Amino acid sequence: MILQGLTFYLFAAIAVAAAAMVVSARNPVHSVLFLILTFFTTAGLFVLIGAEFLAMILVVVYVGAVAVLFMFVVMMLDINFVELREGFLQYMPVGVLVGIILLVELLMVLGTATMTPEVMAAGTEPIPDLAQRQNTAALGDVIYTKYIYLFQTAGMILLIAMIGAIVLTLRQRPGVRKQDITRQLARRREDAVELKKVQPGQGI
Amino acid sequence: MAELWSIYLLPGIIILAQILAIIVPLLLAVAMLTYFERKIMAAMQLRMGPNVVGPFGLLQAFADGAKLFFKETVLPTSANKIIFVIAPMLTFLLSLVAWAVIPFDEGMVISDINVGILYLFAISSLGVYGIVMAGWASNSKYPFLSALRSAAQMVSYEVSIGFVIITVLLCVGSLNVSDVVRAQADGVWFFIPLFPMFIIFFISALAETNRHPFDLPEAEAELVAGYQVEYSSMTFALFFLGEYANMILMSGLTAILFLGGWLPPFDIAPFTWIPGPIWFFLKISVLLFVFVWVRATLPRYRYDQLMRLGWKVFLPFSLFWVALTAGVLVAFDLVPQT
Repeated sequence: MILQGLTFYLFAAIAVAAAAMVVSARNPVHSVLFLILTFFTTAGLFVLIGAEFLAMILVVVYVGAVAVLFMFVVMMLDINFVELREGFLQYMPVGVLVGIILLVELLMVLGTATMTPEVMAAGTEPIPDLAQRQNTAALGDVIYTKYIYLFQTAGMILLIAMIGAIVLTLRQRPGVRKQDITRQLARRREDAVELKKVQPGQGI
Repeated sequence: MAELWSIYLLPGIIILAQILAIIVPLLLAVAMLTYFERKIMAAMQLRMGPNVVGPFGLLQAFADGAKLFFKETVLPTSANKIIFVIAPMLTFLLSLVAWAVIPFDEGMVISDINVGILYLFAISSLGVYGIVMAGWASNSKYPFLSALRSAAQMVSYEVSIGFVIITVLLCVGSLNVSDVVRAQADGVWFFIPLFPMFIIFFISALAETNRHPFDLPEAEAELVAGYQVEYSSMTFALFFLGEYANMILMSGLTAILFLGGWLPPFDIAPFTWIPGPIWFFLKISVLLFVFVWVRATLPRYRYDQLMRLGWKVFLPFSLFWVALTAGVLVAFDLVPQT
């Protein structure tokens, strides 16, 4: 247990420190890298509480895909770092406000959980014993039965968002020649090459 | 004191020994793979290949390694030094940590975790960071272009790899890597019922490891050497080792998902005499040969063709195949029970 405790404090400390660095780093690319470190250590914390599926999904989805796209965009930004710092004081009240709201919400959830455990137990699915049911299967049991409509709705919302993004950025430029793969593949040698018998001294 | 020894120190030493037992042969395999690749390419191009250092040139890889080791590590003045040095280490590290869940035989695995396949997928999706960080930190235009290319390329092909893995998992009913192999013990190996997925997985593996014909991040004809331009000495060597270790890893993953891992091809006498790890090694070798064969044969893809193949061909097809596999499994009542 000592080892688990030590690992927890190590990961938790790194996660919090990295999260602080995300906000305070001067260079946006460093911010993204610290964000990745935060995700990664959080995944480690998930593993420690036995939620290995969540941990892996966090790494696959957030670190492997979302943060790569962040990085892709941030790397291409041409930013003046001094200019960037000027807005800091202006945005700070909003940031602090959002932070306080999140903190209060978290405290409320945790407070209910510790003070009245019976209320928390009533509304949730019972968590099956890890020895009997792996948490991957346990998640599947409820997501695809009890919460299927919510799950599908979430998927639909993402699909609509994706279509929206495509519609907004798609523009048809007239007069641009694009590669037509089917036409290329349908092209035969007879259509393209013609052999001519050329008489000496005459040309074609 | 006795408790400290039995609970912490002894398991720690055992795990360390297991890790060494995988990493040392792996690094030797990487060295031999470079030799193997050069010899095969030479044979395909009617050349001799390395033949000077050691018998048949077998020690060539070690000579190259020693040469790189004694060179100076150049840090470009305008580079972002910390990230510049971390990037090759990260690439190398990620190519090693994935081996923790690869089973070499029944029970012969360092960590037999329930979500092994997801772990492998997560680690391979992290591989892009090494290249992106290297490209950005070099603060130079070719590495940067290479980083952009590789970010887009690896994310694109990860999607189809994900769907291929889902089809296999539908037939297995477990995310454990050893269970994937065990599921192939009773029936046929998955490359027969899922043959198109096997091909898609292998091609995506080529793209994921930035190998020919998808080696656009390091295309020497246009980007000089892409993200490796500013790297020298051991920092370069770590990229090189990482790339080849990743090739072996992806071949191993293909062998586990589709070619029955450590299983012999027929469960009868002469085949079962040969131990599982040797079968696994043979399967990896065959796949690595195909990696090299592809490199010696095919020209490099153009970037838009690469994107088209990933998004317009592989993604719809693998999505269709996921639906088809699920439909067939349900219709014929073959869904594995967990």
